Amino acid sequence: MATEFHNLQELRHSASLATKVFIQRDYSDGTICKFQTKFPAELDSRIERSLFEETVKTLNCCYAEAEKIGGQSYLEGCLACATAYIVFLCMETRYEKILKKISMYIQEQNEKIYAPRGLLLTDPIERGMRVIEISIFEDSGSTSSSSTGSPSSGTAQ
Amino acid sequence: MTGNMHLGVEEPIRECQYNQICTHNSSTMDTPHTKKKKIKRKWQVFPGRNKFYCNGRIMMAKQTGVFYLTVVLILVTSGLFFAFDCPFLASNLTPAIPAIGGVLFIFVMGMLLRASFSDPGVLPRATPEEAADIERQIDTANGPSGPGYRPPPRTREVLINGQTVKLKYCFTCKIFRPPRASHCSLCDNCVERFDHHCPWVGNCVGRRNYRFFYLFILSLSLLTIFIFAFVITHVILRSNRTGFLSALKDSPASVLEVVVCFFSIWSIVGLSGFHTYLISSNQTTNEDIKGSWSSKRGKGNYNPYSYGNLITNCCAALCGPLPPSLIDRRGFVQPDTPQPVAQTNGTGACPSNQVQSHMAATNPLLHSQPIILGGGAPLQAKTSLGGPCSTLGPSQASLPSSIPGLSCGGELMALRDSEIHCHHHLHHQHFISPEETPSPPTALPCATHLGHHVHPAQLFNPASQDSLHEDSVRGLVKLSSV
Repeated sequence: MATEFHNLQELRHSASLATKVFIQRDYSDGTICKFQTKFPAELDSRIERSLFEETVKTLNCCYAEAEKIGGQSYLEGCLACATAYIVFLCMETRYEKILKKISMYIQEQNEKIYAPRGLLLTDPIERGMRVIEISIFEDSGSTSSSSTGSPSSGTAQ
Repeated sequence: MTGNMHLGVEEPIRECQYNQICTHNSSTMDTPHTKKKKIKRKWQVFPGRNKFYCNGRIMMAKQTGVFYLTVVLILVTSGLFFAFDCPFLASNLTPAIPAIGGVLFIFVMGMLLRASFSDPGVLPRATPEEAADIERQIDTANGPSGPGYRPPPRTREVLINGQTVKLKYCFTCKIFRPPRASHCSLCDNCVERFDHHCPWVGNCVGRRNYRFFYLFILSLSLLTIFIFAFVITHVILRSNRTGFLSALKDSPASVLEVVVCFFSIWSIVGLSGFHTYLISSNQTTNEDIKGSWSSKRGKGNYNPYSYGNLITNCCAALCGPLPPSLIDRRGFVQPDTPQPVAQTNGTGACPSNQVQSHMAATNPLLHSQPIILGGGAPLQAKTSLGGPCSTLGPSQASLPSSIPGLSCGGELMALRDSEIHCHHHLHHQHFISPEETPSPPTALPCATHLGHHVHPAQLFNPASQDSLHEDSVRGLVKLSSV
């Protein structure tokens, strides 16, 4: 029973995909990356509202942090300009570092919270930062435990 | 006997040949299978009208002729300066002059290449499921359509910082465009914070490469002024010694440099000033041309994106965080992931074709812009070298009547439309041949045109056919509502 979903990959292939829910962007604060925290009706029976909102709010915070205009971003910008942007061949930008952090967070959330409930979050960067795609799976009646192994956050490698 | 022997000699050879043919056949039979298994990179299946080089590392617009002209002009003028004027200036004034000139030149080229080769901020198209979801949302929002019920246009309104902003639906990309994004009809992509499409740079200017573009025009103005000033100094110093005419004879290149710089300075410095104003008010060229945030539209109309402070606006535009590319052009296509919606607008129904041709007729500027890029360049070179980039800023969102030839470059293009058409054919031939003949790998190391989905027929197709679809549909909606 518990071994039915060893990892998120198997979740995708063995369970049948029922539907996908898309959390759209919230542009009320301008062009910064922010997702709507409105709870979609399809998830009503699947997951607690608070958990979902927690996830989206954390993601919004991370993106706000990445796009924040402040001391560190100015420093990075000026350094890059002074070196004719060659420095980015050696190091990654702050934005990229935060995106990696977000990717890990989504993986962790999938493992701990979403996969046991037959849901799967897709990293917004794979959808062009337009939506958070939540895939809803119809698992055939088994109470799958949290997945182990090496989940790949929804994409085959 | 000899015949037999002859046959005997031939047969083993034939057998060898047969074996060779056999293996050749089996390998060709294998290749379709291997090709099916071979994973493609995302740039090879990219739906927009872009060109990719160096296995997806470099991304440019389709028409790059004017970009090469820009590079040649800068290289030739700077080259002449360093070769003919710098020796004299270094020995008679100071060696700092060629040093500073060198630094400026390298910076200019670096910024130009960075602006031209990077992803301007293209928004990837919606996956089929997303598109279906949005359609469903639009249908439920519209409600049941009764007789005589006019469905509202596909827009969403959002309140940003106290201003109501309309988000428009892009029919090509099947997404609601984020604020400040626009669809470039030349590249057939939605671009974030779309400024304009610059033919001189050979790419769109958007969120990710605006700072490079701005630094390019700023440093180019400095370089042009620098070269102009020091060439004049050189000629004056020489004429003090040997007389004016013999000075010109001694360094004939100086005349060419002065001419090029003189004509460039007006346009490039003007453009730098214009973009400095845009940056300080946090507007895009697109918004400025449309007057989106102008106070003439209404009392309460202001720019919701501005930080209120001139310095903050400048810092945000130039030193803000640089977002990564959303299209992941070097990534591998996953066999099980849904592909974004392909352009299904190619086979237009008759009404749309009529509307489209009507629109093309009424707005030759919009229709002939791809033509201009290729053929207009030699004409433009005669008149104004640093042609203002703000002319060719077509955004699908704006109606054709509002795409004006506001700056002088645009008017020139409109006037010389017929001449441009002739030039287009010549230039067009030039463009077709390298694309159709497979280029040997040694000739152009980076020009892998695998991702080149240009069909020769499409080049003659109104290049903005698909992107005019949105306008034509809007036109249809208007017609049907009458």
